[in-house]
Amino acid sequence: MNNTRRSFIKRSAAAGAFGVAVGAGLITPRAVLAAWPKAAFEAKDLDSALKNALGGTAMTESSDITLKAPEIAENGAVVPVTVTSTIPNAESISILISENPTPMTATFKLGSNTEGFVSTRVKMGKTSDVIAVVKSGDKLYSSKLLVKVTIGGCGG
Amino acid sequence: MANSIKVRAKVSDGTTVVKALISHPMETGQRKNSKTGKNFPAHFIQELTCNVNGADVLVADWGTAISKNPYLSFKFSGAKAGDTLKMSWVDNKGESDSVEAKIK
Repeated sequence: MNNTRRSFIKRSAAAGAFGVAVGAGLITPRAVLAAWPKAAFEAKDLDSALKNALGGTAMTESSDITLKAPEIAENGAVVPVTVTSTIPNAESISILISENPTPMTATFKLGSNTEGFVSTRVKMGKTSDVIAVVKSGDKLYSSKLLVKVTIGGCGG
Repeated sequence: MANSIKVRAKVSDGTTVVKALISHPMETGQRKNSKTGKNFPAHFIQELTCNVNGADVLVADWGTAISKNPYLSFKFSGAKAGDTLKMSWVDNKGESDSVEAKIK
């Protein structure tokens, strides 16, 4: 018995069933992702990305946010970014890259017990400011850091 | 797409540190396929959810600028060893995956 083949058939059958459900309009990606802020992620400049994602562009630079990223990133496809914030009642942490084709990178919505800490890896097209924005109440706090990229993460 | 998520959660002094690695192409839609001259279609994770004991601890909206095979780490308090952590993602093609892990 060829196990790989078995599980392959099983998986493609499952995928087929899902495909049919999507085709019939039972499950549409749009319905599943009602909350995903499309306009923010498709915005091509920083201000409209911020406006669509967080409702405003007025930010206060805050020393309570620590943004950790390499000064020079050799490979723009994988740039480690860590944001630590000690701002109380933080609702979300967003990461934006001002020179990327679409600056909006990620928004992490924090639960009530979640600390102001996220660490991830991002793509950068070229040398750019990386901006961390923390939302607390209806105020936005930010911190930015210039990361130099020697090889871009977009395109070949 | 089974087991695309590798997740580890560990409690120490009341703080749980979660580290996750997801295998996903995270295609931006801006990379050119040199054979056809057309761009590879975008394929990326849009929403990632993590909940513990039924309460969301982190909901992330992601764009195309998250690296391929995303890594994510975050911390929260209020959980204890043995609690179940559930992590799931949905991408722009409607594909999804989820995994459950015990907090150590």
